[in-house]
Amino acid sequence: MIKIIQKAFDPWHELATFQREMKREGEFGACANFIGTMRDMNEGDAVNGMFLEHYPGMTEKHLEKIVQSAKKQWDLLETLVIHRVGALLPNDPIVLVAAWSVHRKDAFEASRFIMEDLKSKAPFWKKENLSSTALQAEKNRWVEKNTSGY
Amino acid sequence: MTQSNSQMYEEAMSVKVLYFASLKELFGRSEQQLNIDGLKTVEDVWKHVSKGYDVSQQVLYSVNHEYAQADSLVHAGDEVAFFPPVTGG
Repeated sequence: MIKIIQKAFDPWHELATFQREMKREGEFGACANFIGTMRDMNEGDAVNGMFLEHYPGMTEKHLEKIVQSAKKQWDLLETLVIHRVGALLPNDPIVLVAAWSVHRKDAFEASRFIMEDLKSKAPFWKKENLSSTALQAEKNRWVEKNTSGY
Repeated sequence: MTQSNSQMYEEAMSVKVLYFASLKELFGRSEQQLNIDGLKTVEDVWKHVSKGYDVSQQVLYSVNHEYAQADSLVHAGDEVAFFPPVTGG
């Protein structure tokens, strides 16, 4: 399942609900998950908040493509991808990626692959609202590049 | 050619161009209809729309929701998008 959501979400609640509702009890031996959370600091500057923009239509299509690619490479029972858009505050969860499989190798590797591909290719953009700068014009700053995860 | 025929001709020859993030701010708009008469590739469209702007950053392209290359062909009715490197997750 892939969800793009505007409101704050609780990843632990989403994980528990999805796992219960997918009805695969007894089949999976592994669930690997990653949760990305907004920090209150970036590149040495204090950050008050953030706006996450996306490309409606292409974002969903690209995430679906990533998940299908993972399913071809690993034996997966289920996957869950949730990504937040809109206005965020520090400590808000931004992204949840989870994969369920029979053995841990598939869940670990697939969730990592989905997350890294999402970070490098899925059309989302972050704009930070900084608290430390004195200049109003510099208060909002686009994040120019994601750090490499490998 | 009547007014409505002229409008229909314009639409038949046009693409929808979208801009995101810093490019949207730089161009001051999120989308436009563009007549592609004489424009064959994504790069042709980009050169046309970015003319006169100081675009110093890397720009990515997509056509109909798929990543495209500079030499990818554009056709009337396509949705072409230009955006900076992605920063989600």
